[in-house]
Amino acid sequence: MANKKATRESYGEALAALGEKYDFLVLDADLAAATKTGMFKKKFPERFFDCGIAEGNMVSVAAGIATTGMKVFATSFAMFAAGRAYEQIRNSIGYPHLNVNIVGTHASITVGEDGATHQCSEDLALMRTIPGMSVICPADATEAYAAVEAVLNHDGPCYLRFGRFAVPDLTPELVPDYKFEIGKGVTYREGKDVTIVANGFMVHLAVEAAELLKAEGIDAGVINMHSVKPIDKELLIKAAKATGAIVTAEEHSIIGGLGAAVCEAISESCPVPVMRVGVEDTFGRSGKVPELLEMYGLTSANIAAKARAAIALKK
Amino acid sequence: MEQSKKLELARIANNIRVNIIEGVYNAGCGHPGGSLSIADIMAYLYFEEMKIDPKDPKAPARDRFVLSKGHTAPALYATLAERGFIPAEDIKTLRKTTSYLQGHPDMKGTPGVDMTTGSLGLGFSAACGMALSGKVTSAPYRVYAMLGDGESEEGQVWEAAMFAAHYKLDNLVAVLDWNGLQIDGPIVEVMNPTPHDEKFRAFGWHVISIDAHDFDAIEAAFAEARTVVGKPTVIIAKSVKGKGVSYMENKCEWHGQAPKEDLYKVAIADLEKIAESLK
Repeated sequence: MANKKATRESYGEALAALGEKYDFLVLDADLAAATKTGMFKKKFPERFFDCGIAEGNMVSVAAGIATTGMKVFATSFAMFAAGRAYEQIRNSIGYPHLNVNIVGTHASITVGEDGATHQCSEDLALMRTIPGMSVICPADATEAYAAVEAVLNHDGPCYLRFGRFAVPDLTPELVPDYKFEIGKGVTYREGKDVTIVANGFMVHLAVEAAELLKAEGIDAGVINMHSVKPIDKELLIKAAKATGAIVTAEEHSIIGGLGAAVCEAISESCPVPVMRVGVEDTFGRSGKVPELLEMYGLTSANIAAKARAAIALKK
Repeated sequence: MEQSKKLELARIANNIRVNIIEGVYNAGCGHPGGSLSIADIMAYLYFEEMKIDPKDPKAPARDRFVLSKGHTAPALYATLAERGFIPAEDIKTLRKTTSYLQGHPDMKGTPGVDMTTGSLGLGFSAACGMALSGKVTSAPYRVYAMLGDGESEEGQVWEAAMFAAHYKLDNLVAVLDWNGLQIDGPIVEVMNPTPHDEKFRAFGWHVISIDAHDFDAIEAAFAEARTVVGKPTVIIAKSVKGKGVSYMENKCEWHGQAPKEDLYKVAIADLEKIAESLK
């Protein structure tokens, strides 16, 4: 059984470790303990700046820092980074294409008890509309760490999304020669009948769903599409051709996120049935995470059900 | 200030005003009022105060200028032309589809533009980020930000003001162009953000109030700002919106429209008269 860890934890560890090797600043908006930038703050206090509860200012400050050639991470909960500061990200960072990494933690339903105001299920959609923005949603500890290093070597603005809830670190087990590259999906398992394209929290459930389907004699492939933008169109077309049906799985609104991005890519090149698992155009609510996941259909059982439905549509 | 230097700066500011009118007139739209109000301070910044080199507009150690009130881009472009960053004849392409002179400043497309601005409040924060980075890396540069008085109605301006004081950014100087007018009318009637001096002081800033069209006062203010340690400085510059063009002065309808041909000619004649007086 793989170790479980929240991707926000890996973010903090990556910042603290990579701070040795790379020159960058870290900003936060009074959430360092929760977003885990506190780990970096402890080790490099002279390179950490708390901006207080003022996310719009934090994002534009990050833009100003980037104009001087200094790399920078601006961190808050996904709701307040991508949501509240959307316009600052678009105009201060996206339009001048600056090297700022916007980091949104505590995304979507797995926030749990804090409820709908803090469960941002729209961040990937918002960030994806900004020209030149790379939008990345890592699946587990290994990938989260690799993504932080990748954006440090990337030219242009990036949005990174991390979760609050612990997930199994499956990547090293399933992909021995794993390498993270922005814009390149990772095949976790080949299949013949249907391909499950997942990212973030949903990847381990996609793997579970493939096992459920296997027991029924359905051969499901699993792709971890950590980059929602740029999306790996080549891999998607290959999967569409090989299996003829796709299911997307994301902890995000089914509008505008991974499901939408996959539909856009597939419909223009190799149209096959696509079924989407995600937050179905609704707000979240307070509750225990496992209960909420059931309530919102973010389960391996639902992915498997949608896979059967997608296969049925092939005929 | 010596009389000869004062005259020279006045001539530069007048040339800037002429090119503001040329740009806006040829574009058929734009923001002349708040561009004309800052021309004297722009002349002082680019010809006296800032360490900059038109031949090396991206020099890492250069001083930075952020036009946070980005809609007054004509003033920035006219100043950059006057200082040799861009050719003066390009001013007439302002806002045209094929031009690099966007309606609001674009740092990627225009030499000498240090920050992309236009959405009010954002530039001020970016200037804070530049100043903070300078502190972290012990860089020698100073950062200047030009704010509108109407812009100070944006909450982000006060987030930035808090930030700059908190991190003791004494390498940052903000100029608040207090011309008293915004699109919908006098700022005190639309949404009164005054008193700016007391607010900035309460936020931890060093505050200097001046007449925006008095070069002695401008020089003294920037010199004083250099002596301030441990806090940022704001220069509250009382200006005349539309300064130099008779029919535009103190008229809020000239915030965001271009003169037609007849009024364009009047504007140029007004400025030529001023140029004559400076000979």
